[in-house]
Amino acid sequence: MKQLWFHLMPYTDLPDDFRDRHPSVWVDIDSRLFDPAKGHRMYNEFMDELEFAAEAGFDGICVNEHHQNGYGLMPSPNLIASALARRTSDAALCVMGNSLALYNPPVRVAEEFAMLDCISGGRLIAGFPVGTPMDTCYAYGMNPSQLRERYHEAHDLIMKAWREPAPFAWNGRFSQLRYVNPWPRPLQRPHPPVWIPGGGSIETWQWCAELDYVYAYLSYFGYQAGQATMNGFWEEMKRLGKDRNPFRAGFLQFVGVAESRQEALDIYREPAEYFYNRCLHVDARFASPPGYASEATIRSKVVSQVLAAASRATDREAFGPPPFEEIVSKGYVIIGSPDEVAEQLREVALSLNVGQLMLLLQYGNMSRDLAFYNTELFAKKVKPQLASLFEDEWENRWWPKPLPAGERARPREIQA
Amino acid sequence: MSAPHERSVRLLGDDVRILEKGEGAPLGFLPTFGGVLAWTPFLDRLAAGRRVVVPSLPGFPGASGGFRRLDDLADWVTATLDLLEAAGLDGADLVGHGVGGLLAAEVAAFSRASVRRLALLAPLGLFDEREPVADVWAKRASEVPALHSAKPEAYAQSLACPPGQDEVEWQLAQVRAMEAAARLLWPTGDRGLAKRLHRITAPTLLLWGSEDRIVPASYAKRFAEGIAGKAEIRSIPGAGHRLDLDAPEATADAILAFLAS
Repeated sequence: MKQLWFHLMPYTDLPDDFRDRHPSVWVDIDSRLFDPAKGHRMYNEFMDELEFAAEAGFDGICVNEHHQNGYGLMPSPNLIASALARRTSDAALCVMGNSLALYNPPVRVAEEFAMLDCISGGRLIAGFPVGTPMDTCYAYGMNPSQLRERYHEAHDLIMKAWREPAPFAWNGRFSQLRYVNPWPRPLQRPHPPVWIPGGGSIETWQWCAELDYVYAYLSYFGYQAGQATMNGFWEEMKRLGKDRNPFRAGFLQFVGVAESRQEALDIYREPAEYFYNRCLHVDARFASPPGYASEATIRSKVVSQVLAAASRATDREAFGPPPFEEIVSKGYVIIGSPDEVAEQLREVALSLNVGQLMLLLQYGNMSRDLAFYNTELFAKKVKPQLASLFEDEWENRWWPKPLPAGERARPREIQA
Repeated sequence: MSAPHERSVRLLGDDVRILEKGEGAPLGFLPTFGGVLAWTPFLDRLAAGRRVVVPSLPGFPGASGGFRRLDDLADWVTATLDLLEAAGLDGADLVGHGVGGLLAAEVAAFSRASVRRLALLAPLGLFDEREPVADVWAKRASEVPALHSAKPEAYAQSLACPPGQDEVEWQLAQVRAMEAAARLLWPTGDRGLAKRLHRITAPTLLLWGSEDRIVPASYAKRFAEGIAGKAEIRSIPGAGHRLDLDAPEATADAILAFLAS
């Protein structure tokens, strides 16, 4: 099983009374709360943490894209990934955004991902999210009724740009380009592995199956709530005649590991509460712009008890923040000693049948020191217990194929 | 209130409903957000004076998913012209309300001969950031009725699924109508109408509810100043954006008086 280290880059200094005094962490968050001097420190510490995770032996490090968001300081994940490409050598670089419809022309994504793939020596995983309503429709003004059409056209254009050996013209509904001919080209041929972060939409599952992409369910509510969605995913794969290769699926899980369960409960309470209380304080007004969900998805949510249950679980923030006891008992954050965490993660992987496990080991206002502790202990005592899971039985066809280590460029040491 | 006559025409691959009632020269009506779920007292009052023809706008109740073929404003104007012609409204008097007001104004600007007299009820299409049009999308469900109507309970009641109708399909028709409006208007509703107002030469009534919480009543003056034809501003005291619901008789009578003048 692949174990990837995921950073959301949350602003760690939202005020204690944030939830009471501000309507939303996203879209119209009070810009006066952002202190650029603190931002300087946070960005550098967050990148330290990502580099530390790569050094500690995680299989991949993940960044993603959010806009006008107090818990996601990466409007451009490509900027961060570019710096990481220079400062890491072996870990896969999993960029779980670019929200394709937001790039104009979309060949910008083909170009920047190709740059990242070249700089990193072929370590890129290309994430193509549609993007949340908050990011796309509200922060970036994208028409919700056109978002998916634009996304699909952008996808087709990017993939053709990567595959075609010669310049071509593109006369799409939304993009018209006389000469499509990205330079550079991705190092991985014909293209880097494509992962699709998504919610529980049936169309996304069918699309991933058709194009042979990884479906990554990025929930903040743990494996118990994720069960219904992942069951739905695997049922759909079966219906479409696809195998149960667990590497088809990714899942995001928060973890806090310490020498003992009690110590873990003590030290991870504050950052977990910060995340679920302040970071997930998203105004429900932004949740469902008309057209964002397709009619088929709305219909299926009305008729499908499975998805309705999943929706209830993930809409938890609409009813106020969960207490810490619930965060732990429902597995939003898996808390415990290394053996306890490994045992629970084994259950997560097996019950959801997920081979690409993305782990959030920094969350909320967690300090760099605590993130290092969590990361190091996980890498030393948890990760090895899970590393062989699924590996003998299934082939991971969705993992980067970099240049051999001996052929990769080594950045020059800098004399301070 | 007797039922209107119902027929359908083909547009954008949909069977599109056309409701019709009354005698005399045809009078077209293009509705605002949500469309016409069922014939209303306002339409009935209008039909006392004229033959009222209500074609379903793309994606609105009575139409279906064909609106997703429409990408830009030229597509919407073309579809609206096609719809008016199919409904027998080419060159007729036209009432456009809110979302339908924007399309009625665009049609009158692009194709002057298509509209004889024009009544715009709180039309969308302009945007002044000092006094912005409301964001109708980023709202909690509980905030919606009072945004659209000065009689929120009556507004909510008008959206309730009648007995015997399929609840899911009824809800989806409303969701689809909001998506169609979003497809045309997102995010501010400004699709460049200000640059075309000078082409509107039809005599125009600008009718507003004084308590409109979506398009500020002050926008009437902006429209009147931009339109080349003779423009007359009237206000319906106490009514919100849905003046047809809040004050059906006063609204219908103001329109009929303007058309008869």
